[in-house]
Amino acid sequence: MSLTAEPSRIAQPARAILPTRGLGDRISALFWRHPNVLLITLLALPLVWLVVVYLGSLAALLLQSFYSIDEFSGQIRREFTLSTYGELLQPANLDIIIRTVAMSAAVTLGAVVIAFPIAYFAARYAKGHWKALFYLGVMLPLWSSYLVKVYAWKLILAREGIITWATDGIGASAVLNGILALPVIGGNSLSTSYIGTWLVFLYVWLPYMILPMQAALERVPQSMLEASADLGASCWQTLRTVIFPLALPGIIAGSIFTFSLTMGDYIIPQIVGSSRRFIGQAVYQLQGTAGNIPLAAAFAVVPIVIMLIYLTIARRKGAFDAL
Amino acid sequence: MRSDSRPPLFLTVTAIGGLLFLHLPILLIFLYAFTTDERTYQFPPPGLTTQWFAVAWNREDIWPPLYLSLKVAALSTVMALILGTLCAAAMARTRFFGRDQISLLIILPIALPGIITGMSLRSAFSIMDIPFSTWTILMGHATFCIVIVFNNAVARFRRLSGSIVEASMDLGANGFQTFRHVILPNLGSALLAGGMLAFALSFDEVIVTTFTAGQQSTLPIWMLNELVRPRQRPVTNVVAIVVFVTTFVPILIAYYLTRGGAETAGGGK
Repeated sequence: MSLTAEPSRIAQPARAILPTRGLGDRISALFWRHPNVLLITLLALPLVWLVVVYLGSLAALLLQSFYSIDEFSGQIRREFTLSTYGELLQPANLDIIIRTVAMSAAVTLGAVVIAFPIAYFAARYAKGHWKALFYLGVMLPLWSSYLVKVYAWKLILAREGIITWATDGIGASAVLNGILALPVIGGNSLSTSYIGTWLVFLYVWLPYMILPMQAALERVPQSMLEASADLGASCWQTLRTVIFPLALPGIIAGSIFTFSLTMGDYIIPQIVGSSRRFIGQAVYQLQGTAGNIPLAAAFAVVPIVIMLIYLTIARRKGAFDAL
Repeated sequence: MRSDSRPPLFLTVTAIGGLLFLHLPILLIFLYAFTTDERTYQFPPPGLTTQWFAVAWNREDIWPPLYLSLKVAALSTVMALILGTLCAAAMARTRFFGRDQISLLIILPIALPGIITGMSLRSAFSIMDIPFSTWTILMGHATFCIVIVFNNAVARFRRLSGSIVEASMDLGANGFQTFRHVILPNLGSALLAGGMLAFALSFDEVIVTTFTAGQQSTLPIWMLNELVRPRQRPVTNVVAIVVFVTTFVPILIAYYLTRGGAETAGGGK
C-alpha cells in the first residue's frame, strides 16, 4: 500500500510555523516565568535613587544632629554627642518650637473651619459643570506658584495696601487699629503681625485641607442623612452627630498636611510676620549664615518627631484610608 | 436635615466666599504689575503703565535664573518620568513583601516638609564634601517629582484592563512589544499630565532649592531675594506673572488630559 511505501511523508508531522525568537522574546519569557525578576528589574533604579539620595540624606541629617560645633574654631566636630540636642532646650530655642507648634495648630483649626463649607458644598450639592468648577477652583490655587501667592499677600497686608484702603473706605479703620493693638498677635501693621502670618499660612495650605475633607464627605451615604432627618434631628444635630464623625478621617488627613507644612515653612514668616522666629527660619539661618549645621539638623529633627507622633495618632483614627 | 438638592443659603455663601478667598489675591499681582508707584504697595495704584514689562525684559539679572529654572525643571521632569513610571509599573498590580514601605518611601519626600528634605540633602553634601552645583539642585527636585509622576501613572495602570495585555500576548507580542504598542499609548496622557505637573512643581520650588543651590539662583530664589530686598517692585510683579503663567498652563493641560478618569491630575500634590 502507499502508506507503507511512503511512511516518512505521513508519519512526520509538519513543522509548526514559529517566529524566530529574539532577545526581547527570551527576556519576556524569563519575566513571565519569574515575575519577581521583572519586579526587581523595574524597582531597582528608582529604589536605588530613593534609598541612596533620600534615605541617605535623612540619615546624614540624623548623623549631623549628633555632631557639635567647636565654639572656638567654628568647625564641625565629628564625634557623637547629645549636647546639640541639649541646646534645643535653651529657653530661646524652646520658645521657637512652642511658637511653631502653636501656629501650626492655629492654622489647622482655621483651615478646618474655612474648608468645611467648600468641601461640603462640592461633595453634596455641586453637580456637572459646578463640580468641575469647584475642583479646578481648589486645584488651581493648590498648584499655582507658592511664592506668587505669598507675594500677593504681602501686597494685601502692607500698611498702605488694599486692606487699609478698604477699612478706611467703610470707616472701619478703628476696628483694624483695635485688632492691631491687641497684645501678642497684633503689631505695627498686618504684614508684621502674627495675624498676618496666620492668614498667609491659612491661605497657602487651605486646598490641602479641602481635598481630603471633600473625599471623606463624598463617602457619607445620603441614606444616613435621610435617616437622621427622619428620626427628627435638626440640621445642626445631623452635622454634629452624623456628618462630622464620618468626615473626621478626612479632616485628620487634611490636618496632617496643614500641620506639617506650617511647621516646616520658613519663607512665609520671613516675608510676612514679626521678627520672632519659627523652626524653619532657625534651621535656615543656622545652616547658612551661622554655619552651625549640627544645630540646624537638630532643629529639623523636631518637626519629624512631632509628625511621627501625629501620624501614629492619625493612623489609629483611620485617616490614611481617606488620603 | 432636608434631603432635597437645594443647598442652604448660608452654605452657598460661605462656600463661594471661600473660593473667592482662594482666587482674588492672585489678581492683585496682575494689577500691581501696571502700577506707576515703584517704592510702596499703595492701593489703589496712583497710575497705570506698561513700562515694567520692558524694564523687566532689559534687566540682565533675570535671564540666567530663568534659564537655570527651565533647565532644572526639564531635567528633573525627565528623571521623574523614568523613575516614577518604573515604580508605577511595579506597584500597580502586584502585591509583594515591603510594598507598603516602598510606597511610603515614594511619598515621603513630599509628605515631609520641604525644609527637612532640603536640610537632609544639605547635611549629606556637608558630610561628603560635595560642592553645590546644578546637579545638587537637580537631585532634590527629581526626588520630590517622582511621586507626582508615580501618582498619575499608577492610577492609569490600575484602570488599564488586564485583558488587553493578555490579548496582546495571545497574539504573539512579547513584553517589550506589548509595552510599546499597547501599554504606552494607554499610558501616554497620564504620563504627559504627570510630567507637566512635575515641571510646574520643579519650576516653582524654592524651599528645597535654597538648601541645595549654593550661590546659584533659580527664578524663585531671585524672586525671594527681591521680596526681602526690593528694588523696582513692579518688576518683581512682572516676573511673578511669568512664574504664574509658566506653572498655570501645564497644570490646566494636565487637568484636561486626565479629566473624567479616576486619577484627575494633581490630587496628590
